[in-house]
Amino acid sequence: MHRFLLAVLRRDLTLAARRRGDWMIAQFFFVMVASLFPLGVGPEPDMLARIGPGVLWVAATLASLLSLSRLFADDHQDGSLEHMVLSPEPTVLLVLGKSIAHWLIYGIPVLLIAPVLGIQFNLSWDAILVLELSLLLGTPILSLLGGVGAALTLGLRGGGVLLTLLILPLYVPALIFGAGAVDGVMTGTGAEAHLSLLGAFMVLSLMISPWIAAAALRVSLE
Amino acid sequence: MPDALLSVHDLACARGERLLFKDMNFSLAAGELLLVQGGNGQGKTSLLRLLTGLARPEAGEVRWRGEAIRDVNERYHEEMCYLGHANGVKDDLDPLENLRFADGLHGRAFDAARAVATLRRLGLSRCLDLPCRVLSFGQRRRVALAALLLAGSTLWILDEPLTGLDVHAVALMEGLIRDHLQAGGMVVATTHQALNLEGVKVQRLLVGSVAIPELV
Amino acid sequence: MKLYTFASPATFYHLAGKLIPWFAWSAGLLTLWGLYISFFLAPTDFQQSEAYRIIFIHVPAAWMSMFIYLVMAFWGAIGLAFNTRLSFMMARALAPTGAMFTFVALWTGALWGKPMWGAWWVWDARLTSELILLFLYVGIIALWAAIDDVKRGDRAGSLLTLIGAINVPIIYFSVIWWNTLHQGASISVTKAPSMAAIMLQGMLVMAVAAWFYTIAVALVRVRRIILERERHTEWAKAILEGDQ
Repeated sequence: MHRFLLAVLRRDLTLAARRRGDWMIAQFFFVMVASLFPLGVGPEPDMLARIGPGVLWVAATLASLLSLSRLFADDHQDGSLEHMVLSPEPTVLLVLGKSIAHWLIYGIPVLLIAPVLGIQFNLSWDAILVLELSLLLGTPILSLLGGVGAALTLGLRGGGVLLTLLILPLYVPALIFGAGAVDGVMTGTGAEAHLSLLGAFMVLSLMISPWIAAAALRVSLE
Repeated sequence: MPDALLSVHDLACARGERLLFKDMNFSLAAGELLLVQGGNGQGKTSLLRLLTGLARPEAGEVRWRGEAIRDVNERYHEEMCYLGHANGVKDDLDPLENLRFADGLHGRAFDAARAVATLRRLGLSRCLDLPCRVLSFGQRRRVALAALLLAGSTLWILDEPLTGLDVHAVALMEGLIRDHLQAGGMVVATTHQALNLEGVKVQRLLVGSVAIPELV
Repeated sequence: MKLYTFASPATFYHLAGKLIPWFAWSAGLLTLWGLYISFFLAPTDFQQSEAYRIIFIHVPAAWMSMFIYLVMAFWGAIGLAFNTRLSFMMARALAPTGAMFTFVALWTGALWGKPMWGAWWVWDARLTSELILLFLYVGIIALWAAIDDVKRGDRAGSLLTLIGAINVPIIYFSVIWWNTLHQGASISVTKAPSMAAIMLQGMLVMAVAAWFYTIAVALVRVRRIILERERHTEWAKAILEGDQ
């Protein structure tokens, strides 16, 4: 079982290493969306600090959706997805492996870039630290729930836009708890409650979404 | 028939609103080849996908060793290997990496020497460390066949295995199928081309709305 | 006769045909009664004057929008578990009505908000979660529209409804949480000052009317879906040709 999971992880990471351009697009998108906000609302440091957490979280969410539409699509095209589904291991494990791989490829770079953007938005070091914690707990949710959307929209016309439409509403709790945590530390009300709720939501997503995504994948392959 | 490993009972298949076939029955024992024949769009591929368990039948069921494949999904997939229209070969990986992943999928440790030997046997000795992107279609097909051989499954389900293969490769493929059957394996295949399979037990199955599916 | 005979599309088609007029008439009469209560019997609110009367539409619509979503999730789960075609058809037939009630709840909420809070839109917890519910409905309907294959569409839509249904309480909770943090609890739709019994009665009557309306419309839609999907069967052909 763990060998299968490792094989999926190793494969997706190798493929990502061979095609660096693909996942770097999502990261540049993240940086760009975040950088457009100061241009839109003006450069006052206080205001930027107020909207910073929300903007960074929304940008991270959109960037994750951008990369998620490809989660199963490439493998579907060359037939390897069928081979993986027909392996002796349960499809849930496959979906879990692909979601973890997505998080490693997409979530970790977001964690690395976010502090730099935090500085641009005039966030304090405390706020940046909490932002990192919230993204650490929150980005796996994006990969897990996004896996459901990617499986549901597999092979459909305009699948990428549809994926966004389906999954964004489900991201709302992650966005609220995640951005709220940073807000909490900035306004002095504390971030612990937000972070624990975010963690609980992450655990719940981890327990439920691979099953639904696996069922959706089988439906889409039929 | 006690030795029928794969059997199909009153199988019906619909695509969209069209009923492709119904009341299909057949069984396949060790050492037998089932050639699925029929025109384009008559449901050959659909039948194969039902047999793999990828698609679910409209009615009836597919059984492996007497049990419905839906109930023994994982055990069945250990003994079955499917090669569809698409090769399932990743373009960005070289043939060996592809085979390594195929082994990982089945939870086996990767045996590099064996993989290299298999690729050599299929005439890919010069492509071992090239990304599959630069290989020709026939060569990629052969990488997929290497994965099939290494999987060591009892039942092969092959959808048009000869497409894109040259004369040598077709002969090679015929040899592989014959060896597999003689070793007690089973093959279900669709093909447009004639296969030279002397000394092999062949069942033919015609799929299509025109003729009633029955064993010829 | 066992219950599952109704699960056959042909039987259900005829049963639904008989039920529709009953539900439609009941819905119409109840609406009239409900409107009579709301406009003539219910007293004028001393704080909000006459504008508050919109809650007789707003509150039942909001109730229905959430309830229909749960019913859709229920039918989807039944369909996925037992592979019953009719359950998927019910889920599909309910979705547009659910989206409609969500939209009505938002719209009347805005109309009510203008005299109450002096703004068409406030990010009140209820209005915000209602907005997200509308997004969920739109997502499901868009997914159905994008998938041509009926079987795949049924299952995919139901899976999406299910994960949405699991998520709805969390979304609702998170929005309330967000709301209390950012605005304090000062603005809240829930704080209706000791509702008069007659007002509650009016809302209940309107809610039942909305419920009957939903059933009637869903049955009409489900009949259309049944005919469309069964048009190759003998009984459906007989009906389709009889109409011409």
